[in-house]
Amino acid sequence: MNKPYKIAVIDYQISNMFSIKNALTVLGFDVEVTSDYSTIMSCDGAILPGVGSFPEAMKHIKELNLEASINDFIASGKPFLGICLGFQLLFDKSNEIEDTFGLGIIPGEVKHMSGLDAEIRIPHVGWNKVQRKQLPNIKNIFDPLKKINAQEYFYFIHSFYVEPADINDIYTITEYNDYSFCSSILKDNIFACQFHPEKSGRKGAEILSEIFNR
Amino acid sequence: MSLATRIIPRLDIKGPNLVKGIHLEGLRVLGKPESFAKFYYEQGADELFYQDVVASLYGRNSLQDIISRTAKEVFIPLTVGGGIRNIEDISNMLQAGADKVSINTSAISNPEFISLASNIYGSSTIVICIEAIKQRDGSYIAFTDNGRNSSGREVISWAKEVEQLGAGEILLTFVDQEGSGKGFDLILARQVCDAVKIPVVIHGGAGSMQHILDATKDLPLSGVAIASLFHYDFILHNRQIEGYEEEGNIDFLKSNRSLSSIDSKSIKELKLFLLDNNVLCRIDE
Repeated sequence: MNKPYKIAVIDYQISNMFSIKNALTVLGFDVEVTSDYSTIMSCDGAILPGVGSFPEAMKHIKELNLEASINDFIASGKPFLGICLGFQLLFDKSNEIEDTFGLGIIPGEVKHMSGLDAEIRIPHVGWNKVQRKQLPNIKNIFDPLKKINAQEYFYFIHSFYVEPADINDIYTITEYNDYSFCSSILKDNIFACQFHPEKSGRKGAEILSEIFNR
Repeated sequence: MSLATRIIPRLDIKGPNLVKGIHLEGLRVLGKPESFAKFYYEQGADELFYQDVVASLYGRNSLQDIISRTAKEVFIPLTVGGGIRNIEDISNMLQAGADKVSINTSAISNPEFISLASNIYGSSTIVICIEAIKQRDGSYIAFTDNGRNSSGREVISWAKEVEQLGAGEILLTFVDQEGSGKGFDLILARQVCDAVKIPVVIHGGAGSMQHILDATKDLPLSGVAIASLFHYDFILHNRQIEGYEEEGNIDFLKSNRSLSSIDSKSIKELKLFLLDNNVLCRIDE
């Protein structure tokens, strides 16, 4: 890899952007935390991070005119990573607090985990495994879990989960008690996950390297 | 298959130092929190819990620098508590690199603060710390300011209330057991687990691996926060780095009654022991 490889961490001003920035910096990437269109477009990879509520996040994304940046960056074919809320925001809509439209890039909906099972403890907080549902297809530019075996744990913290409309978009599922939910999607140049690779120790770092070190 | 039980080293902070005491009194300086954090990360800790033990008494926050330094080299969740009084305090901690904040005193004096904070940052960012002290009549009361002041609130009803208000997690501390090495209060732990559906982490009293197994094998706990057991292990492995021998600190620590009743165990040893006994744990190879 010819460094510096520049990664835009898309800043919509409600998240902790520093965890992902720190994790990428240690891996040797040049990181820009930005909401500026041309800066984002000039980067080699982009990340939509996220902690916070879906409606608040969409409000900020609209106010900062970030929809065009996100759509155009994805259309450029360069690696794009969505994390946690940044994964959920890619979908059509969410019922968190109130029905809110998302970015509509991946077909499907975001729902509260109590719908899976009224008895499970929510939020789903802690370290859980991911099971691969498919291998990359010809249109995928990467295989983020290439070096990850089925026994590895990743850090999750969320109360909502996604239901992709197209099962072909599902890359991994994760079990919680007797239920399972989609824990990541893979579509063309987009990998997005419910867990936090930047908070998942060395295994998380391997995923980040796999996505951006090409 | 499900979530692994989180093993969470707890770091009590006073100014720039890691400290430890008995019943949250009589604090002893153990060393630099950054060194402990890095060691625990490398040993496979699932999260780190920081508590500024003087912040709510003196109305200041000294943890931010420690957190921001740690967040640059430790890639697991960091939860930070002590002196979180308003939204700005939460924002500052998250900006420094914390993933979650833990609130006690401000939640008791103004329960609406819990809803406000969870609406802005999401429930999963807000941990409510409950410091429980058993009363003569057998009931448990939630205390504030590190076990100094009674809130008058009964622990179980307070736990239910914080869940209703939007807390994402409860850290239950057994003040009577803290630093004693006598084991957790499993009766109260069960009552709180049964009362709420948010994750519960317990703290206070772990003196051996068996104590931790006793709690995690039977109770639906999300995690266990542990201080002395791991701190003593760190000190045994890092004498020279931290300069304990030069300062004669290690003898002091060895003779300290807060540690004499406590086995030293590494995170890895503990996790392998729990795994052998069918408690789901993450081993970081």
